[in-house]
Amino acid sequence: MDRKIYLDNAATTKTRPEVVEAMLPYFTELYGNPSSVYEFATQNKKAVDEARGIIARALGADISEIYFTGSGTEADNWALKAVADAYASKGNHIITSKIEHHAILHTCEYLEKHGVEVSYIDVDENGILKLDQLEKAIRPTTVLISVMFANNEIGTLQPIKEIGEIAKKHNILFHTDAVQAFGQLPIDVNELGIDMLSASAHKLNGPKGIGFLYIRKGVKIRSFVHGGAQERQRRAGTENVPGIVGFGKAVELALATMQERAEKEIKLRNLLMKRILEEIPFVRVNGDKVRRLPNNANFSFQFIEGESLLIMLDMNNICASSGSACTSGSLDPSHVLLAIGLPHEIAHGSLRLTVSDEITEEEIHYTVDKIKEIVEKLRKMSPLYEDFMKKR
Amino acid sequence: MYTEKVMDHFTNPRNVGEIENASGVGTVGNAKCGDIMRIYLDIDDSGVIKDVKFKTFGCGAAVATSSMATELVKGKTVNEALQVTNKAVMEALDGLPPVKVHCSLLAEEAIHAALWDYAEKKGIKIEGLEKPKSDIHEGEESEEY
Ligand SMILES: Cc1ncc(COP(=O)(O)O)c(C=O)c1O
Repeated sequence: MDRKIYLDNAATTKTRPEVVEAMLPYFTELYGNPSSVYEFATQNKKAVDEARGIIARALGADISEIYFTGSGTEADNWALKAVADAYASKGNHIITSKIEHHAILHTCEYLEKHGVEVSYIDVDENGILKLDQLEKAIRPTTVLISVMFANNEIGTLQPIKEIGEIAKKHNILFHTDAVQAFGQLPIDVNELGIDMLSASAHKLNGPKGIGFLYIRKGVKIRSFVHGGAQERQRRAGTENVPGIVGFGKAVELALATMQERAEKEIKLRNLLMKRILEEIPFVRVNGDKVRRLPNNANFSFQFIEGESLLIMLDMNNICASSGSACTSGSLDPSHVLLAIGLPHEIAHGSLRLTVSDEITEEEIHYTVDKIKEIVEKLRKMSPLYEDFMKKR
Repeated sequence: MYTEKVMDHFTNPRNVGEIENASGVGTVGNAKCGDIMRIYLDIDDSGVIKDVKFKTFGCGAAVATSSMATELVKGKTVNEALQVTNKAVMEALDGLPPVKVHCSLLAEEAIHAALWDYAEKKGIKIEGLEKPKSDIHEGEESEEY
């Protein structure tokens, strides 16, 4: 196949043409600074507020509760650091999960070096948070619970509503990293008891380098970037107007197509899983079968290593990702796969495929055919496979 | 990320396979990175490596370094093979990314482990060869899902 088959939509997505079109005028004609007083620039302020409004409505939030940031990572950093700071007189304890994105985990590590105590709650074999352990971890000094809405590797959805209820019962703030879920699933912050929420445009066919943090009214929060009066003085810096406009447009489109997209993605994803499970031996699906993102499939192929698989897929124009150590830049395989209890060598053989609604069934079939070939080739090369076959 | 040579040896690895009744077999693994390498040597009576095969579980760099290492020791005497260092393997591949250097160390260790096994089987001592550290026992890693 000449065409590239992009199956890494959890890493990032294509910016939709309508989004690009909405952004373009804000680079060329409408370049004014939203803080300026003249009419030419106030149009830009309006555009920013319109996008903010679209996002607020998408969450059932108020427009004054949405703060734009430079990324999902920044929103995560802000939520954790600001709460630790603003609530220091109440306590210094934060609860999170073992399978968070590094934007949360590395921020927690940083905070631990500065006197904050962090409890990392386990997940079960499907990646679902252990609620009883969460509740037991609560202390009088707990100021924040931060648990992701959906996991970026295995796609598992967390029991957000239940976590929200637990947080409320104990009068603790609840933050969720919804970078993977926002725009893919309906989210209502009031219904779910969410006090803070992070999201990022490039995961929902918006531009890169723009995110937001939802902060419920009444939550004490510190300014993250000091300077001008932008974002109610809490995140100073001239707004990324084209990015914000693009984010708004992407959210509008994502909401309008949510149901239809999810159905299509689930169908493709299930076809992919069915064929792989039926046609390739010694493979397992990682993550929950039902409570998972529509577009996510994650497998572990025994006896082979993920990076080799990725390179060979790449040579066939297929873009995918893996939780193997060799792709993470560290020597350990993915912390998520280890947290769901996979032994190291099984975690090394993982493959994540995340579809989009632009993928065709034919492309799925082609991909499975290639995976079959490559897995067979790599197993022939594998000493682990040799030992396993000899023992049988 | 990888040089052309690495990609070549990864996609068309030389000497993949097993040797029955090999003169020496060495399996080494780096548990941290999840690379496991096995080298089979067929050594004749004059101490020349007639044939060599490998199997590797690991990333692109691990496969490529195994492949290159087998090329470098094939036809050599035991003592010459001992001189094939990880640096030589890396140079022959036109370099590796820094995070992958340990893969080349593994290739060197695998050859040493196979030579050690050969020496033990023959009841001889090879000058300059030390017992390899990370030998893995057969079958230990396999667990079915
Ligand atoms: C769950 C999760 N959180 C945070 C991020 C970081 O978002 P961004 O790329 O906008 O910094 C990502 C994306 O990689 C993610 O998947």
